[in-house]
Amino acid sequence: MNNSLPDAEALYAELLAQLRAGIKPDTGLVGIHTGGAWLAERLHADLGLDVPLGAVDISFYRDDFHQSGIKPDIKRSHIPFDVAGRHILLVDDVLYTGRTVRGALNELFDYGRPASVGLVVLADRGGRELPIEAQYVARRIAVPEGRMLVLDRDDAGRLSLRFDDESAS
Amino acid sequence: MRNPQLNEKGELQHLLTIEGLPRAILTHILDTAESFVGVTEREVKKVPLLRGQSVFNLFFENSTRTRTTFEIAAKRLSADVINLNINTSSTNKGETLLDTVDNLTAMHADMFVVRHAQSGAPHMIAQHVASHVHVINAGDGRHAHSTQGLLDAYTIRHYKKDFTGLSVAIVGDVLHSRVARSLIHALTTLGTPDLRVIGPQTLLPTSVEQLGVRVFHDMSLGLRDVDVVVTLRLQNERMRGPLLPSAQEYFKSYGLTPEKLALAKPDAIVMHPGPMNRGVEIDSAVADGPQAVILSQVTFGIAVRMAVMSILAGNS
Amino acid sequence: MNTHIKNGRVIDPKHGIDAVQDVYIADGRIVGLGSAPGGFSAARTIDATGLVVMPGLVDLAARLREPGFEHKATLQSEMRAAVAGGVTSLACPPDTDPPLDEPGLVEMLKHRARELNLAHVYPIGALTAKLEGERLTEMAELRDAGCVAFSQAERQIVDTEVLWRALQYAATFDFAVWLRPQDPYLAKAGVAHDGEVATRLGLAGIPGFAETIALSALLQLTRGTGTRLHLCRLSTAEAVDMVRTAKAEGLPVTCDVGAHHLHLSEMDLAYFDSHCNMTPPFRALRDLEALRAGVREGVIDVVCSDHTPLDEDVKQIPFGEAEPGATGLELLLPLTLKWAEESKLPLVQALARVTCDPARVLQIDAGHLAVGTAADVCVFDPADWFKVSASTLKSQGKNTPFIGYELPGVVRYTFVSGHLCYEAR
Repeated sequence: MNNSLPDAEALYAELLAQLRAGIKPDTGLVGIHTGGAWLAERLHADLGLDVPLGAVDISFYRDDFHQSGIKPDIKRSHIPFDVAGRHILLVDDVLYTGRTVRGALNELFDYGRPASVGLVVLADRGGRELPIEAQYVARRIAVPEGRMLVLDRDDAGRLSLRFDDESAS
Repeated sequence: MRNPQLNEKGELQHLLTIEGLPRAILTHILDTAESFVGVTEREVKKVPLLRGQSVFNLFFENSTRTRTTFEIAAKRLSADVINLNINTSSTNKGETLLDTVDNLTAMHADMFVVRHAQSGAPHMIAQHVASHVHVINAGDGRHAHSTQGLLDAYTIRHYKKDFTGLSVAIVGDVLHSRVARSLIHALTTLGTPDLRVIGPQTLLPTSVEQLGVRVFHDMSLGLRDVDVVVTLRLQNERMRGPLLPSAQEYFKSYGLTPEKLALAKPDAIVMHPGPMNRGVEIDSAVADGPQAVILSQVTFGIAVRMAVMSILAGNS
Repeated sequence: MNTHIKNGRVIDPKHGIDAVQDVYIADGRIVGLGSAPGGFSAARTIDATGLVVMPGLVDLAARLREPGFEHKATLQSEMRAAVAGGVTSLACPPDTDPPLDEPGLVEMLKHRARELNLAHVYPIGALTAKLEGERLTEMAELRDAGCVAFSQAERQIVDTEVLWRALQYAATFDFAVWLRPQDPYLAKAGVAHDGEVATRLGLAGIPGFAETIALSALLQLTRGTGTRLHLCRLSTAEAVDMVRTAKAEGLPVTCDVGAHHLHLSEMDLAYFDSHCNMTPPFRALRDLEALRAGVREGVIDVVCSDHTPLDEDVKQIPFGEAEPGATGLELLLPLTLKWAEESKLPLVQALARVTCDPARVLQIDAGHLAVGTAADVCVFDPADWFKVSASTLKSQGKNTPFIGYELPGVVRYTFVSGHLCYEAR
């Protein structure tokens, strides 16, 4: 148990406060599975949004498919609103290289042409390999070499952060 | 001898036959297919996994149905698809099978989907192609129809969940059926404890019980309490010699009617690989009835083929 | 040329000899065994230390592809393959194109073979005209032209009355009839043994009783006609039992097995290897065991090559479309040695099946070494390995499941009538 990591619930509260201030009423929220979808689910309820919640699994849009192949346990992507002309916020748990977000953008654009797309993340660990930034970030967190930053959710729905080894994903 | 379907890492390089594949690989294909069912149901039906790849449908035997489902599956993966009906082109001019394959590889084919009248033709092709090319067997002679076996297994899993408690009956011309052989291999590997074949002696192959099935000639005994009934098409075009007197007599003894179906469990499902001969192997009342899941098989077929293609493409 | 083969291990099954002995050859004949005849001076001496000196092999079935199939192989290439395999006498089946049903064709074949001055060729004449199973051939004329027996090769006589009459007619003149027992209707669609492997691989099967039903008919017919019957290429355990019973009864029956069938079963079809497409097919393991035991016991008299050279065009195609058959002249000795080793049978007994026993069936004075007989000799190295490959095979047929394998025994010298026809490089 690593005590130097902040409390994820506290970070969530900060993120929620930032969003309350900036979000437009007809924004579409789309969570990126799995951690981003958990966050989006909470945000959607707490913000009381009218537009139904969306979620995407980017497994079919990964750019490392030919090296790593198909992973099992793929969740279903579902966007129950019209993407065309809408302001959309993508939600993810940890922003790192930016490749996951690029996959999510590609998938989103297969559904239609949004008016704008913003990015909401709980933690930004740096290490970008693509020109991608989040508009809403709860905290910047440094991650030691060879480790991953992982968001967990317990049975009660409580969020927590931990470090894990890179190979564990 | 290493299984020619697997590469050095034990990953699937070709899909030629279900026989000999480990349970983990079959389960991986079924699980992946499940996620693709989601794709076929959503608003955007395409994913970019095979973008830039060329899939050649090499059909030496005609089949619009199977070829179309492979074409749809490949296009949903954003692959380029080229269809070749070989019996109308160069092999009639004397070009050998392997020469045809070499010429097509030179046109940068990444994947061949092969249907051939001779058992073993896809194996021959797979042994011959370059290491980056994948071969999928879409049906070879009487030997195997692997994607059909997988989609049948998927259908059974979808409706019945757990293979390890099931009783499954396959009715009909098992002798000539690659569908039956593939399904038998899939279900035995996945742990189905009670697998039965039902048919007249003339339509059951020698030593079929060695494949792991119980043999029944009496349909009323063979169907008792089964969870799944798979009826095979009576293939007139594949029969040589006096195996059956008539389709009418066959229907009398081996056609699936509501009365015969009533011997199975009340929630038993009825499957058919298609195309159906109504009134020969299956009564219309059953084919159109509540227990038939035949149309689902078709939908699942696209997802299973998408799963196979993407798994192969990812194992380069 | 006077030749002295010295210090070799002479193995002569007919006379029960297995001893280190010198062999002396002059004027095309063996003139001395053990000690030189008086006044002998060798023009050539061969040091056979560590090598086996045996009678040249006698092969009961080798297709030479002439006349008619020169695109598959030629008389010259296949006769060279024969002597490279240590075969000094061979019988060729009548399924040439045209079939050997006319004396002129037989004479021409014998003439061509003589010109090549390699192995002795014994043509087997067609039993019926064009092998079609309807009209008898002029067997006496064919015998005068040089045929030593009559056969249908792979074709079957469907009309049992014709079969009966052909056997009767041949028996009249004491001509031997060589037939493949196979029911044509039960075998017509099949490409593999009808059993577990064919069921798994989805290949059309030929049941074992296709052989035994036809065999039963042949044995019953010959019981009445008294024809000298030689059964070609047995493949089932039941057939071996039937032949044993027939011999015990005193019927004039002999039989052979193909050398490949002493080693391979349906299990070797593996992933549809078209080189395993053979006729008869490779059957179950129990059949293989019975064939091996039968050859050991002697109820199967002969091991032959069933040499069938084929182009790769007819093998590099799906199993069910491929032409059946394997190249065999150069594999007869190695496959027999391999069987002998595995069966723990002494060579002086094992090699009878490719020397004096086939000679007995052919009714020729060959397959043994005795002073005064023609000097047909094979000298081979039992400790060396024959690496089977397209480049080492002299036959134009490279079609065998044993490609890439190493088999025991490498022929070093082959003499036919005292003339050194083959010397390994």
